[in-house]
Amino acid sequence: MIMKTEFWPVFWKEMIKFFRFKSLFFTTLVQPALWMAFFGTAMSSNFDRLNVLYSIPSGVGQVGYLTFMGAGVIAMTALFTSLYGGMTLIYDKNFGLMKEMIASPMQRSQIILGLGLSGITKGFIQAIIIMVFGTLFLGVDFFSQQNLPGIVCSVLGILLFVGTFSLGFIFLSSGIALRLETHEGMQGIMTVLSMPLFFVSNALYPADAFPAVLKALSVINPLTYLVNGIRYFAIGNDFYALGKHYIYTTEIVSWSYAALLIFTLCTFVFAMDSINNVSVT
Amino acid sequence: MERAIITVRNLEHRFGDLQAVDDISFEVLQGEIFSFLGPNGAGKSTTINLLTTLMKVQKGEAIVAGHNVATDSRSVRRSIGIVFQNEVLDRDLTVRETLEFHGMIYQVPREKRREIIEDLLEIVDLGSKRNVRTKYLSGGMKRRLEIARGLMTRPKILFLDEPTIGLDPQTRLKIWEHIREINDSGTTIFLTTHYMDEADNLSDRIAIIDNGKIIVTETPDNLKQSLGRDVIRINTGDNRAATSLLKNNSHDLSISRSDDGITLITEKDGSSVLPSILNLLNGAGIDLLNVDVKKPTLDEVFVHYTGREIRDEPTDKVQPRPRPHRRR
Repeated sequence: MIMKTEFWPVFWKEMIKFFRFKSLFFTTLVQPALWMAFFGTAMSSNFDRLNVLYSIPSGVGQVGYLTFMGAGVIAMTALFTSLYGGMTLIYDKNFGLMKEMIASPMQRSQIILGLGLSGITKGFIQAIIIMVFGTLFLGVDFFSQQNLPGIVCSVLGILLFVGTFSLGFIFLSSGIALRLETHEGMQGIMTVLSMPLFFVSNALYPADAFPAVLKALSVINPLTYLVNGIRYFAIGNDFYALGKHYIYTTEIVSWSYAALLIFTLCTFVFAMDSINNVSVT
Repeated sequence: MERAIITVRNLEHRFGDLQAVDDISFEVLQGEIFSFLGPNGAGKSTTINLLTTLMKVQKGEAIVAGHNVATDSRSVRRSIGIVFQNEVLDRDLTVRETLEFHGMIYQVPREKRREIIEDLLEIVDLGSKRNVRTKYLSGGMKRRLEIARGLMTRPKILFLDEPTIGLDPQTRLKIWEHIREINDSGTTIFLTTHYMDEADNLSDRIAIIDNGKIIVTETPDNLKQSLGRDVIRINTGDNRAATSLLKNNSHDLSISRSDDGITLITEKDGSSVLPSILNLLNGAGIDLLNVDVKKPTLDEVFVHYTGREIRDEPTDKVQPRPRPHRRR
């Protein structure tokens, strides 16, 4: 109870600002839509043409490219939003706003928890909007063989993955922000991090055909595990896409979630260490 | 009224080679306005940071509102309010949200928050600005909002670090008025300043601090009297006679006569010397036309104790920093 009320104000403030800036709120939602509308539809007309080259065993579904990458776009959005989520701490630190919280009876760790909760919430809002927008307007074929209770369970499953992942990256970016002096430096690090994270994953294409080094990197990339989880819940456990047979067993999905959990625990420790050592005077 | 609410004993603080606070001891009494007066870099802000638990105590002891700052920082934090030297406002929150947020992090219950916010907006005259984002407020309004925020938790002690730095004279007067009102309602105030007039106008007691040391702690009046150099100017019906009369009878006055009157400089309190002068003149039948006793100003006191003048030199540290546009 005390835990909840202690980090609540930090969450409250973040959400006020999230909804206050309509343009910012809007662009974070438009960006994934643009990816799907342009990159997705452009690529799908190419990729889907190649599908005839592969023989697909009967009884296994063939998934269009837009549906395949739709899962990747949800993951990408969660990545970018949470990766930049720690940026606010640089301002708080540099302009002294953090002093107000550090000087209060509230424990420092609550700042991180409140920010984390706001990151999860933003991730949820975006994931849901992409799912609704994608399936209704762009022809993304999510939850196709599922009934309503099944869809609800799948959405909850996706949110579980997105939430854990977002939390992990919010902690990571908070930890980095607390150790940096300038927001330009932060911007640089985020750019350097986000590109490889996004492209060295299975978000836009299968990772199996990667060269050995990239493949190894994709294995330690949390985004890969998030995409696994989203595809499992949104598309199914057995399907063909881009000529590859995808089988998501319970073990693979469980391991994917465990990997995200481990990642999030590590970044949590990192963020806690950062906030406890930050100097604001 | 005479109980100490802050007790500091042998407090020291070093930043590497720099002895920022050098073995200071003092008490702040409940209900008073206590000022730290000194130039930039004298150790004022460091002392505030130590007393408000923002920095860890290295050496010495400080008891604030009955709690030790080193061992019971959470209790100290609950008992105090702080207005920082630099502007610390989230520019994207409204006035009401700023206060609301502060009340929330101190776990003031919702109903009580509402009530206190209404009271405080009234006190600092920001009622009409409650839904305005802080970035649209003037410098004086921002400062008043910060003071109101410091009071959100109904603290026993309010710490004000350079409360009127960078504000125009009219706004300063208004802030002083607010500070007095707050003090009248029972809040003890610990304030740091490098403005003589501010310390002089507001304080019950002043501690002059320089190079990390407290040089003297006194009431503004006693500080000025301790110089013992009051200036008395009189004009009489017969200045020549009065001058020789006074020269013959008052040995501890230095007397000089000019066209527009007689100037007497005393090593004592001028107002205590005045009656005997009046008696002398009376006895000799010399008419007294006018009298003017001038106290030395705090500036002179400061020079006397520190050997130098305080200069309002702008440093990077005390100037409000320009704020680039924030993304969120």
